[in-house]
Amino acid sequence: MSKAKQPPVAHAGSDAPATSATPVMFDYAPALESRSVVEIASSYGLYIDGRFVDPVDGGSFKTINPATEEVLAEVSEASAADVDLAVSAARRAFRQSWGVMPGRERAKYLFRIARILQERSRELAVLESLDNGKPIRESRDVDVPLVAAWFFYYAGWADKLEYAGLGDHPRPLGVAAQVIPWNFPLLMLAWKVAPALAAGNTVVLKPAETTPLTALWFAEICQQAELPAGVVNIITGAGETGRALVAHPDVDKVAFTGSTDVGRQIARTVAGSSKRVTLELGGKAANIVFDDAPIDEAVEGIVNGIFFNQGHVCCAGSRLLVQESVAEEVLARLKRRMSTLRVGDPLDKNTDVGAINSAEQLARIRELSDVGEAEGAGRWAPPCELPSVGFWFPPTLFTGVSQAHRIAREEIFGPVLSVLTFRTPAEAVEKANNTPYGLSAGVWTDKGSRILWMANQLRAGVVWANTFNKFDPASPFGGYKESGYGREGGRHGLEAYIR
Amino acid sequence: MTLQTQQDSAGLADATSSNEALRRFLHGLPGVDQVGAEARAAQLATRSIKTTAKQFAIDLAIRMVDLTTLEGQDTPGKVRAICAKAMRPDPSDAGAPPVAAVCVYGDMAAVAKQALRDSGVHVACVATAFPSGRSALPVKLADTRNAVAAGADEIDMVIDRGAFLSGRYLQVFEEIVAVREACGDAHLKVIFETGELQTYDNVRRASWLAMMAGGHFIKTSTGKTQPAATLPVTLVMLEAVRDFRAMTGQMVGVKPAGGIKTTKDAIKYLVMVNEVAGAAWLDPDCFRFGASTLLNDLLMQRTKISTGYYAGPDYFTLD
Repeated sequence: MSKAKQPPVAHAGSDAPATSATPVMFDYAPALESRSVVEIASSYGLYIDGRFVDPVDGGSFKTINPATEEVLAEVSEASAADVDLAVSAARRAFRQSWGVMPGRERAKYLFRIARILQERSRELAVLESLDNGKPIRESRDVDVPLVAAWFFYYAGWADKLEYAGLGDHPRPLGVAAQVIPWNFPLLMLAWKVAPALAAGNTVVLKPAETTPLTALWFAEICQQAELPAGVVNIITGAGETGRALVAHPDVDKVAFTGSTDVGRQIARTVAGSSKRVTLELGGKAANIVFDDAPIDEAVEGIVNGIFFNQGHVCCAGSRLLVQESVAEEVLARLKRRMSTLRVGDPLDKNTDVGAINSAEQLARIRELSDVGEAEGAGRWAPPCELPSVGFWFPPTLFTGVSQAHRIAREEIFGPVLSVLTFRTPAEAVEKANNTPYGLSAGVWTDKGSRILWMANQLRAGVVWANTFNKFDPASPFGGYKESGYGREGGRHGLEAYIR
Repeated sequence: MTLQTQQDSAGLADATSSNEALRRFLHGLPGVDQVGAEARAAQLATRSIKTTAKQFAIDLAIRMVDLTTLEGQDTPGKVRAICAKAMRPDPSDAGAPPVAAVCVYGDMAAVAKQALRDSGVHVACVATAFPSGRSALPVKLADTRNAVAAGADEIDMVIDRGAFLSGRYLQVFEEIVAVREACGDAHLKVIFETGELQTYDNVRRASWLAMMAGGHFIKTSTGKTQPAATLPVTLVMLEAVRDFRAMTGQMVGVKPAGGIKTTKDAIKYLVMVNEVAGAAWLDPDCFRFGASTLLNDLLMQRTKISTGYYAGPDYFTLD
């Protein structure tokens, strides 16, 4: 083979004017999704037995827009007496309508709900972004489409339960008490309500106190679908309401998604009773990047893993484990990529990172980030101007983090990434598993055999290979260890609602 | 600094010392995950570019157009007509900027040059047995020299896809080097025909190969085969020029060509340029659109912004 000839002439780079000139800026003008597609009333009652009713004790609280701190609506606070009404409505519906209805009839209702969810998707996306602070791009392209997909998927199971591999005569449990978090308000509702209804249970659901609105919209959708009264009951309130609901003696099943602390309390509350429980709790997932990974896509996966939904994701890839030999390159690319993230108004269609859900959560993120700095980790965030009102935190990463640091162990639940390095695959596995949690993990490598090996070694409910935060109603989801027990999604998700 | 010494200092010169070395280098580049790359391209395509940003993007896109006619039935009259349009795209609005270049076959170079003169609009010629590239190297070089002699400011060459796909990377490299030499002062765009290279890994390898060989631009397609330019292919090429600059300090341009017909499409590409390669590439010296029908849609949208209503296609010149 002959030697390559190199032309002895100057390259474009040395004579093209563009290299030296100041580049023009392509500023994206505001592209706001219209707020007027959703009309929010000044106050809301509880949805019990197919109707919106005032709470027995008349308590209420405000839900605010975390991006502006403006009050969106006054919402009822359910007391033990309201919980009792809701549970008895659910029990009645279980005995008289839903529990005795043929599966194919239940399916019709679920399909109808799914279609209405699709039809009203724009309104629901705007409402979710207003109440939660997440970017409209995500509520529009991820949350709401998945919500509809979940109902469509489980609607299909309603008349095929005998073929789910859960016994010849699968029967519903009865009344399900469901308590859901604020990070994916409507999606978590769908994860809970769709399989419960498909299996023939009735539900009493409590949305999180900072994000009750889409659940109340869902109640209205149940009315629109003419779902029999009492099949779905939505009661709003804070911790006290949740405690009363899971402790109610006439509840057959408790499903909870939220923090590990509250999960523990729930486990204690139901211990010794005949209630069935599924808990989907916290996480501190490792996102593991090997030196043969597709680097550009891995950087996207890291960004998606920790900055999606402001990092308010229980399965967030909050610990980046990157192989030493590519650590510098991955970090340089990651920082450049983070500099292009657009933080701001959740209703702007070009926003990538929205508002932190509450002042309380923001305080916790700040506290743990300060701890990270105090423990000696290197803190970095791209220059980014944050709005003066509302709750905001810039996308942040910490380098030089060790397993002993609190930011490597505790769930921050915010846009904060801890970066650790490893040398060998065995070390990667050891570090990834060295956590009390075990909800998810990511593996980035071009080697198929290594993906399979890692998936077998990692003690995490979900292992994503060369992707992250991918959800599908047909795929089960759930944790190891302190990340909880039970599975949601897929055929496995039905098991939690069938005896 | 010469290309040779710049690449020496970046440690790239050794990579082209033999076919084996070149193969090792190109196959040592990080892989592209197809699903991930397509997802990233799709996500960038959801950016919503409105009002002032749209105005900015439309004028920039017009300045980046290589107004193209590459038909067997082209006549000197048609070439003169598109040259007139290139210099003044909207006869009724002097504010509409001229396009970057007119792209024609070599036999029309002289006609185009005569029409464009010193307007600043370049004459770009396809050469090297375009579009298939199936000819002997001396013929390709003669084709190139002929176009340059007739007045071409830019040469759009095609790579030998057969050689590339069979692993004869050095042959492809040396051909590009030779064509670059034959270009003299003319700038060289290297067309990969990404639709024939099939994989994103190949697109990344071809990008590095062409940049190391001295191409001023890397270009997706001839427009003669399908698929032509796509967003994910352009994404991979933009990542390559960005990384090449980080390594060598040299800026190489990118030109998607074929199938980009609407303002909406063009804006998606500009968003990608902005967020992947960086704002430095938002310049006709660094990014071009190879297109024929795109210009009229850009003009139509431009008029709509200034007048508030859409004018019918008959209000815009055919070519």
